[in-house]
Amino acid sequence: MGKSIFEKIWESHVVKAIEDGPQVLYIDKHFIHEVTTPQAFSGLEKRGLPVFRPQNIVATADHNVPTKNQHLPIKEALSRHQVDTLIKNCNTHGIELYGLGHPYQGIVHVIGPELGFTLPGMTIVCGDSHTSTHGAFGAIAFGIGTSEVEHVLATQCVLQMKPKKMRINIDGELSKGVLSKDIILYIISKISASGGTGYFVEYAGSAIRKLSMEARMTICNMSIEMGARGGIIAPDEITFDYIKGRQFAPKGEAFDIAIEKWKQLATDDDAIFDKEYSFDASDISPMITYGTNPGMGIKIESKIPTVADVSDNERLGFKKALDYMGFEADNNLVGKPINYVFIGSCTNSRIEDLRLVAQMAKGRKKADNVTAWIVPGSKKVENQAIEEGLDKILASAGFELREPGCSACLGMNEDKIPSGEYCISTSNRNFEGRQGPGAKTLLASPLTAMAAALTGKITDPRDFI
Amino acid sequence: MEKFITLQSTCVPLNLEDVDTDQIIPARFLKATTREGFGDNLFRDWRYNSDNTLKNDFVLNNPRYKGEILVAGKNFGCGSSREHAAWAILDAGFKVVVSSFFADIFKNNALNNGLLPLVVSPAFLSSIFELTEKDENTLLIVDIQQQTISIKDTNLVESFEINPYKKTCLINGFDDIDYLLSLKSEIESFETKRN
Ligand code: SF4
Repeated sequence: MGKSIFEKIWESHVVKAIEDGPQVLYIDKHFIHEVTTPQAFSGLEKRGLPVFRPQNIVATADHNVPTKNQHLPIKEALSRHQVDTLIKNCNTHGIELYGLGHPYQGIVHVIGPELGFTLPGMTIVCGDSHTSTHGAFGAIAFGIGTSEVEHVLATQCVLQMKPKKMRINIDGELSKGVLSKDIILYIISKISASGGTGYFVEYAGSAIRKLSMEARMTICNMSIEMGARGGIIAPDEITFDYIKGRQFAPKGEAFDIAIEKWKQLATDDDAIFDKEYSFDASDISPMITYGTNPGMGIKIESKIPTVADVSDNERLGFKKALDYMGFEADNNLVGKPINYVFIGSCTNSRIEDLRLVAQMAKGRKKADNVTAWIVPGSKKVENQAIEEGLDKILASAGFELREPGCSACLGMNEDKIPSGEYCISTSNRNFEGRQGPGAKTLLASPLTAMAAALTGKITDPRDFI
Repeated sequence: MEKFITLQSTCVPLNLEDVDTDQIIPARFLKATTREGFGDNLFRDWRYNSDNTLKNDFVLNNPRYKGEILVAGKNFGCGSSREHAAWAILDAGFKVVVSSFFADIFKNNALNNGLLPLVVSPAFLSSIFELTEKDENTLLIVDIQQQTISIKDTNLVESFEINPYKKTCLINGFDDIDYLLSLKSEIESFETKRN
């Protein structure tokens, strides 16, 4: 029987398998950031252990950082302390840190790929659930907890149960105005916020093959939002072209040899999956969420479901979500006023996202009632946007390009959505209070977010294309 | 890690599905650099109003319900990988979380800290909710050795799955790191073989 790409990579990284138990998996690349690591480092220190392979670790500061005036000290004492602790830990253990002020700084899942650290065939972990992003390169990448971060620091290995295998095929043509963010919101709305739990998901099909690397990253990023351990897309010419010439990627002959190996990774034709779904790309519209988990999504032109549409045991959660959001069942979302727009996060803060929103904003004006935060995913993205003049286009439409960080994706730094306010957000989670206590988040694509920023209301982005 | 073999306790029933880690411990409380003290902010925004007064309708504020077992609807712990969620639950005095379904990362994090994520059938879960609604003194008995959970004074009992390796760790208070460290030379030879 043939093997899936997931199995090929997994099997080549098993150091040891415990009978009826987890397997010891060797980790090629370990990304770390300031929030989920301090307790791991202090755990090591308590045991008097060194970091086993500091050269396999890449560190950045992203969750706590301000997105304005990054040259000034972080105002909030606890955030500053966490970032300082990361600096201290990296210095002590000889770990490369791309912290504030460094030209490579940015959101951990944006900088890994753009610097060429993320490569096909690798195993990658980070104390962050959206590590699934890196799967877009044909890598096994997944989020881990702080205890596991400590395990990897100490031994370069984690103990994991082998997940089951799922494949999701998207074939056909995408309609105008539909982005990869809409594909993944569509998938999650179909299989639910827990539909992928226990599985590692491979995305396949002609519509996926046509996507750029950045668009593929957006899809893999949100695999965790259906509960999946991770997402993966087999590498192809689009992948190799993206990797070629990146700072830390293999060069010259080493690159050619690597490509030959990477080409062997794709899933064999006769591989069998524990579960398989197929969707037609032409059925996907711009999507938006109305509730408090990413599975509560609808096509923007559709109405919120009715109580009768949801199953018995989901009803309580459905009503609670609508209550929190201030929406009613069976209502349209288009036309509802919103005051906040966030374009950023590891889901949608790359250069292609910024190009799309700048293009839509060109020659138009931001609605007066809207506060919009456009936050690049990294210093490199920010610089590229400036080089391309996107900041100027955005500025003449009334928008400001901020400095890189997680920003309003999670209510941890200064960028918080005020209580009771609606925010159309390109991030990945619409949980209660995710963007700040009482904030009401609607997840959507960068185009849908920009359309709302221009009108001050929930707007079908196709009206502007 | 503390050893854990059996437990008999009343429970706190949180009859909601898809309880995510942002609810268990909101991001703004993740700034600590130690593992202690997260319990105060467990379910912060469900427990407290913005002026820090208690929300009376939330089950953790209901004086009827106490105990070392938290019972919740399916897909508990979905969302972020923050281990702070497991730390907060433990810090608030729970030793077991019962649900019909746990998110993967949460499950690992819980087990790595000696908090048992115990999976029961949806029917058994409903029975717990029904019985505790009627009588808050309903006792649950968890036996890790036998891998059973039962409701005292009823004939309701169910066996639950736990990986044999994880079971040994829980019963003996072992940490994964001790095991991984014992494999150092195998890990090194794995590295050499690949290069
Ligand atoms: S942008 Fe949001 S989801 Fe991504 S790493 Fe930062 S906080 Fe997590």
